[in-house]
Amino acid sequence: MTTGSPGLRPVTFPAARAARGRGAGAEARARRRDGAWPWLFVLPLLTGVVLFYVWPIIQTFYFSFTEWGVFGGSSWTGIDNYVRLVQDPQLYLSLGNTLLYTGIVLLGVPIAVYLASLLNTPGLRFASFYRVLFFLPYIAMPTAIAMVWRIIFNGDFGILNYVLSFAGIDGPYWVSTAGFATVAVAIVGIWSSIGFSMIVLGAGLKNIPTEYYEASELDGASRWRQFRSITVPLLTPSIFFVVIITVIASFQMFDLLFAILGSQNPILPKSMSLVYFFYHAGFVTNERGYAASIAMIIFVIIGLVTLLQFRLQRRWVNVD
Amino acid sequence: MVLGVGGFLMAFPFLWQMIMSLSTNAEVQSVVPHFWPAELQWDNYVEVFERLPFLSQLRTSVLITIIRTGAQIVLCTLAGYAFARMRFRGRGIALAVILSILMVPSQAYLISQYQIVQNLGWLNTLIGIVAPGLFSAFGTFLMRTAFLNMPAELEEAARLDGASPVRTFWSVMLPLARPSISVLAITSALWSWNELLWPLLVTTYQEQMPLSAGLATLVGNKSTDYPVVMAASMLAMAPILILFIVLQRRVVDGLAFSGLK
Repeated sequence: MTTGSPGLRPVTFPAARAARGRGAGAEARARRRDGAWPWLFVLPLLTGVVLFYVWPIIQTFYFSFTEWGVFGGSSWTGIDNYVRLVQDPQLYLSLGNTLLYTGIVLLGVPIAVYLASLLNTPGLRFASFYRVLFFLPYIAMPTAIAMVWRIIFNGDFGILNYVLSFAGIDGPYWVSTAGFATVAVAIVGIWSSIGFSMIVLGAGLKNIPTEYYEASELDGASRWRQFRSITVPLLTPSIFFVVIITVIASFQMFDLLFAILGSQNPILPKSMSLVYFFYHAGFVTNERGYAASIAMIIFVIIGLVTLLQFRLQRRWVNVD
Repeated sequence: MVLGVGGFLMAFPFLWQMIMSLSTNAEVQSVVPHFWPAELQWDNYVEVFERLPFLSQLRTSVLITIIRTGAQIVLCTLAGYAFARMRFRGRGIALAVILSILMVPSQAYLISQYQIVQNLGWLNTLIGIVAPGLFSAFGTFLMRTAFLNMPAELEEAARLDGASPVRTFWSVMLPLARPSISVLAITSALWSWNELLWPLLVTTYQEQMPLSAGLATLVGNKSTDYPVVMAASMLAMAPILILFIVLQRRVVDGLAFSGLK
């Protein structure tokens, strides 16, 4: 950082070295001197990653073609798990719930854009206080904060239904009615992710030159007009990034569902997310091979979303 | 104005949890909500320690957070440095292998990880909960980026002065990486403290679980004493929330960088 623009480095360096008259020789000697050190630095981590991540991924892929006996041992069953999976209504139910959840949580993105632009107003009082406040839910332990949400959503004595009753709405049993439960979990999902989205969007907002706003103000543009014609278009890359991250995180939703509904909830089969379906098959009914095939489906879905992100990101970079 | 309302909605669950944790069970379950308990029930917090295995769960949470964070700092910093600043055969492949893990959802390796931990006889042990989380592809990526962005002149100068690779790393480069190391520490601590699924898989009994899993499995019990559960939840969240309020700028910037986790 003290040496100025990084772009200058490749030019200044070889020149300086050549002046010293050592050139490539010193470079080669320096390289040779590293000896075994690089591997000593890398091996502890690499061993762990291969043992606990790379190998398990390969093994899980293999598991997805096997069936596990009750007393251990597994047998090769080819694509049976996948055939069973595409015929299992639970897959479509969980996928539907996950999509519904994702859709609702995505509604938090426009809210986050709006709040982030408000928070970015120059000279706003208590700005850092608000930033902390909105960010707290993101770092709070999901299972701990889920406990109070259970009470808030309670059908008999929850404060949400109490508030709704003033509007003449007879609130449902949120946590014990299929459908409403997904909505309830998604509300908590919005609440806990909005602060993170605002931080990412806030970083994007700082890159918009204030001159644009000043110029449009001279032209008599309203606040709303500025938001629509300057903020949103220039913020598109950040918004897109937030959307992708929200989609990926939503597809992996498990903690909130588990903690808000409780593992003994009778509506669970109708309210499972994809990851809950995976957990249930793998570790409640202990059908590990079947669960492995569910994991592969999740893998493919997340992979496709990530690929989409890379594609579109590259396009934006080129446009710049 | 909008921010004020939004901020209130954000804070409300925390406030409500605090109020509930100081109420009686009857007050929590009354149809017309009590916005303030008739008498503050501090005893609920005492009961957390008497009726739940709270202390042993707290101990587990603290230990897994410290061990994982410490291991990730050491392993990821070393590997990140080598990938950024040293040249060696196989660097490209090794790096590609590690970074490819970043794009894989955890479900794709959980079953097999469980199998490994089970075969090693590590179920229901601290090392079983900790093991996979000692190694972080994300942390390696983070530290590699940090070292890549450092000026080459310093390193070159140290080399010309005859410093060994280890000395160059320790005395010249490592001090410069401190901001990134703190980002790594924060993300690792936050994730270790809050993580639910993995501890849930490898532990069976309340006594061996960390707080995250302990609280989640408490719900199944019919005779839920709400105020005590609320008090336990408050206590479980408190360390991370306090840490955040103390270090806020760093946490916010760090997590904004980290993306998903």
